[in-house]
Amino acid sequence: MPSSERAGRPAGHGEAHQRVAAVDGWFTLDGAGPALIGQRCKACKTFVFPPTASWCPNPLCADTEMEEVELSRRGSIWSFTNACYQPPAPYVAREPYEPFSIAAVELEAEQMVVLGQMVRGTRVEDLHVGDQVELVLDTLYEDTDREYLVWKWKPVGAEPAGGYGDRSGDRSGGSGPKKSSAGGNRMAERRRDG
Amino acid sequence: MAESRHVAVLGAGMHPWGKWGRSFVTYGLTAARAALDDAGLGWTDIELVSGADTIRNGYPGFVSGATFAQALGWSGCRVASSYAACASGAAAIANARAHILAGLVDVALVVGADTTPKGFFAPIGGERRDDPDWLRFHLLGATNPTYFALYARRRMALHSTTEQDLAAVKVKNSRHGAANPYARYRKAVSIEEVLASPMVADPLRLMEICATSDGGAALVLSSMDFARRHLEKLGGGHGAGSTHRSQSRPLAKIAAVSTVTPRYPSTVIEMPHFATDSAVTPIPRTAENRPDLPDHATEFRASIARAAYEEAGVAPEDVDIAEVYDLSSALELDWYEDIGLCEKGEAEHLLRSGYTAIGGRVPVNPSGGLSSFGEAIPAQAIAQVCEIVWQLRGEAAGRQVEGARVGVSANQGLFGHGSSVLLIR
Ligand SMILES: [Zn+2]
Repeated sequence: MPSSERAGRPAGHGEAHQRVAAVDGWFTLDGAGPALIGQRCKACKTFVFPPTASWCPNPLCADTEMEEVELSRRGSIWSFTNACYQPPAPYVAREPYEPFSIAAVELEAEQMVVLGQMVRGTRVEDLHVGDQVELVLDTLYEDTDREYLVWKWKPVGAEPAGGYGDRSGDRSGGSGPKKSSAGGNRMAERRRDG
Repeated sequence: MAESRHVAVLGAGMHPWGKWGRSFVTYGLTAARAALDDAGLGWTDIELVSGADTIRNGYPGFVSGATFAQALGWSGCRVASSYAACASGAAAIANARAHILAGLVDVALVVGADTTPKGFFAPIGGERRDDPDWLRFHLLGATNPTYFALYARRRMALHSTTEQDLAAVKVKNSRHGAANPYARYRKAVSIEEVLASPMVADPLRLMEICATSDGGAALVLSSMDFARRHLEKLGGGHGAGSTHRSQSRPLAKIAAVSTVTPRYPSTVIEMPHFATDSAVTPIPRTAENRPDLPDHATEFRASIARAAYEEAGVAPEDVDIAEVYDLSSALELDWYEDIGLCEKGEAEHLLRSGYTAIGGRVPVNPSGGLSSFGEAIPAQAIAQVCEIVWQLRGEAAGRQVEGARVGVSANQGLFGHGSSVLLIR
């Protein structure tokens, strides 16, 4: 939705908003267990995201029958960053602007990496390559009568913002990026073997 | 590669990079005239003009070859226009080179120029829900620095790169660029200044991310036969006593141009996409797929310069200088490995030892790189070649790499455009 449609109308805070997807057909709207919708080639079984292909991308496969499948809801962080400055339109930013984190997440079963914002309030200081995350739906932006949803990644077992303190230490027995990066290394090697 | 496949670089010219706020055509024209003058040729001697397109300057930018031809004055010559995102300049060089090697023309003019908006690159206007470049801004707020930062953070996790290493790349390039009259940023900066600049996309700071600039670059390319005849004519003939400068310098030659695409499955997230290819379906390794190569060499970026080395019959060890696409300080480190200067994970060591600074074994970005220029998209890959030409001729005053004989450029354009130009003297 262009940002121009948000302007010029009275704000309707407090009213019940209709929750709609910010993009059609890229994820399920299942509040409890949402999933990205990808495609899988019926012939060679490779995956595609977003689900907009009408052909198989494998150079050794000329199939055009792509079936829709739900992708893994969990993955591990391949890399991450944040957006300290407000991205330009067509991004619709909160006002005042709130920096957000963004992650590239490796899905093990599909052996692919998918981008997504991290849930609101996630700081890069809390993230490490190799950390487990799961898919959730979150607000991308709102106008007077609708709330536009998008997929985001959420640290697995995350507590409310500020409660991440000693998570990595608990999980890995070591701490900090060193330990997690070894996990990232293993993942990369496994993918090459496949 | 036999000399019969070489193409001579008779002239190189640039318009200084900056934020000048004029039409891209004026920059292209200045660069073209400088390249023609450098070659000792007139515009009407040119048989093909090969333009590198810009998509942010309306229709004239989409047909850049014709736009520059008209600006120089319709001469009836052949025309070509190429678009390959950041690799557009190399695509225009490849187009001109193919015409020359095929014997269709003897001498060609390659031109690229751009006028750019301030700030982050935003997608071109309008609501385009079928364009991944529009959608990544809308759904993710993913700017170009987002992708650069993902590579940088990944590198830090795998190879223990430090923030100081990233800053040191900028420091090195700023020292190189300070001596380059065509660079936009000409001030040497310190590690402390870089680390004090604001964070844009963690771990990348403002001074570690390439800006967007106005600029123009041009080359005059010819067949080796034409070059010999032309240089003889300049030396003898009726101009005796006013010998052209191309008489007293080595001739730079293009030995290879790589314009490769990725190989499926491409497992590194690429701008502007939402996801990588899936690697669940193994692609059998054939002779064609080069089972002899280390695994990382099958990744896209590593395949780019390799194709140029193979075409030229040159080994990475033979390279004396390199101009690589340092969209970020971290990306320059990735390139050290991808152009074969060292193994994966060793780039930080090369940087710290001074190997890639002027005075070291293989200076990288002696021009100052994108770090000192800011990106003028269709001109940038041509500017990389201009710098290598000046270095091979010994004309890079203030930043000259002594005795440089082999230079390589490397660049990766959006949507799968690899480009690398290998030059020798
Ligand atoms: Zn298939």
